[in-house]
Amino acid sequence: MSIFINKDTKVLVQGITGSVGAFHTKQMLEYGTKIVGGVTPGKAGSKVEGVPVFNSVYDAVKATGANASVVYVPPGFAADAICEAFDAGLDIVICITEGIPILDMVKAKRFMDGKKTRLVGPNCPGVITPGECKIGIMPGYIHKPGTIGIISRSGTLTYEAVHQVTAVGLGQSTCIGIGGDPINGTNFIDVLSAFQDDPKTEAVIMIGEIGGTAEEEAAAFVKAKMTKPVVGFVAGQTAPKGKRMGHAGAIISGGKGTAGEKIEAFRAAGISVSETPSDMGKTLARRLGRNVK
Amino acid sequence: MNIHEYQAKGVLSRYGVAVPQGKVADTPAEAEAIAKEFGTPVVVKAQIHAGGRGKGGGVKFAKTPEEAREYAKQILGMTLVTHQTGPQGKKVKRVLVEQAGKIKRELYLGMVIDRGVSRVVMMASTEGGMEIETVAAKTPEKILKEWVDPAVGLMPFQARKLAFGLGIPGELTGKAVKFMVGLYKAFVDTDCSLAEINPLVLTEDGDIVALDAKMNFDGNGLFRHKDIEALRDFDEEDPTETEASRFDLSYISLDGDIGCMVNGAGLAMATMDMIKHCGGSPANFLDVGGGASAEQVTNAFRLILSDAKVKAILVNIFGGIMRCDVIAEGVVTAAKTLGLSVPLVVRLEGTNVEKGKEILAASKLNIISAADMGDAAKKVVLAAAGRAN
Repeated sequence: MSIFINKDTKVLVQGITGSVGAFHTKQMLEYGTKIVGGVTPGKAGSKVEGVPVFNSVYDAVKATGANASVVYVPPGFAADAICEAFDAGLDIVICITEGIPILDMVKAKRFMDGKKTRLVGPNCPGVITPGECKIGIMPGYIHKPGTIGIISRSGTLTYEAVHQVTAVGLGQSTCIGIGGDPINGTNFIDVLSAFQDDPKTEAVIMIGEIGGTAEEEAAAFVKAKMTKPVVGFVAGQTAPKGKRMGHAGAIISGGKGTAGEKIEAFRAAGISVSETPSDMGKTLARRLGRNVK
Repeated sequence: MNIHEYQAKGVLSRYGVAVPQGKVADTPAEAEAIAKEFGTPVVVKAQIHAGGRGKGGGVKFAKTPEEAREYAKQILGMTLVTHQTGPQGKKVKRVLVEQAGKIKRELYLGMVIDRGVSRVVMMASTEGGMEIETVAAKTPEKILKEWVDPAVGLMPFQARKLAFGLGIPGELTGKAVKFMVGLYKAFVDTDCSLAEINPLVLTEDGDIVALDAKMNFDGNGLFRHKDIEALRDFDEEDPTETEASRFDLSYISLDGDIGCMVNGAGLAMATMDMIKHCGGSPANFLDVGGGASAEQVTNAFRLILSDAKVKAILVNIFGGIMRCDVIAEGVVTAAKTLGLSVPLVVRLEGTNVEKGKEILAASKLNIISAADMGDAAKKVVLAAAGRAN
């Protein structure tokens, strides 16, 4: 078991003929992901890495039976691509694209209302169920099948957590980057709830950062609903106010969204907080009563 | 991206949002001429990207054109210090000269994107002239909110709700609705991230006008608004941050003495936290991005070394798409071409890490290598303090 994606997930690549899309299609195929088709309007009939390209998500689904897609479409067109995937009725859409105008996402979210498809991202590294399916841009080889679920707003900090989990002798059930944008699809609570229900996941690492209140809401959920142990870290304890720290969503505005408030909420919810970014693995091992190597 | 008040008023008036009559002046003589053109009294307002200008002496009320010239002379070229400029202040290059009407009431009107509900929200308050954060903290019940459905835009009934909530007289409802609907249109048409009218005033003559106006724009939307992008004032920005944006590097100046180069925003923030935890202080936030080239690494190094405060540098890379050997080559090239004057600590992990370490070792440069993030931070803090590792 795992959450959201597994060895049977059939994936479309939207924006497959672009350089980023083509590069990661190759990487995902090498990892063993079932990439069944690509979409680039006007390029139907061509192939990328042996994968057939279609004009629309609808055509691709009809021909391949795909149930998931990953979006590498440039920022000005990405919200449209997400909506197209929702309209085609996929189970999950994972958007990697960084830099989508926020008002495009406001409109897209309105379009997504009431539809069954799940969006992960945008501006995220993707989702991986180690040994089964990798959808996104993360380096596959650092992951190891196991029982720890990882959720994060950041890409490389997720890799750091994965690396540390592996270093303390554990592996990952599924790792999910929910993205660094202020408006995203899947949030912490959606993922926590799925991990809580996943028999293979034993514990969760949740990595937050400054900006917004998603961590506080997640902490309230953990307190009310989670029986599995959760370890947390919040990046940006030293970030200045009013500055956007790389991610569009990582900003302390009007004195709100500080790391301090989030860490306090984590602690109050019984989440084991890793004091530093290099202690996530060790904090997890301690919480699980394992010997730290 | 921020713009000046006079520019924001220019944008808003194109959408039917009422603003006082006025023009921007670069010289005292121009200020006098504008005052003559529109008729006195006028207000002379310093144009800088910061609030609190009035308290700092950057806003003056002039009864005659001669007074307008005199005040413009005082304000132009002055270094204005407000609670938002920092202690170094900002130099005033332009003043806005505007007709001063008789004010009856001061209100607040603002728009932002509410990330919790993924919608634009219009906020209104009777506490005009005050900072909305203060109102939100002390008397949140005084802030009225209307969330906008993007499919239909701000509906007139929503604007009326706000107008009545603010106690705007019935006969002015039409003007208030026009103002709010115009503000919303301007917001979505130009990819705003924040628009603030503080204060929004009711005049003795029965008008509703934006006495002040602030607009921020979503950097990700600028590609489709060349006219807005042209309003960017580079003098208002940190020169290093501007330079960084030219190379697609995300850089923010900080007060410390340890230069940082990291891939990924989250890891970059975490690296700063780690340095602080070890007793040091970061000189910057610098995210080289997911797919940086050797050339970008060189540019990043140049930026870090251009900061005279930097006493040591920490490179922390978790290679995913970005390969460690590419980073290592970039580091070596940069260190050789730029001449490395301070200690350099490098932590590499991820794709092609062994190759990367070999390149660093073969370079014969004085690079301190670190096993993990914690080790790297400890080493760089010691190095910055001038102590051997």
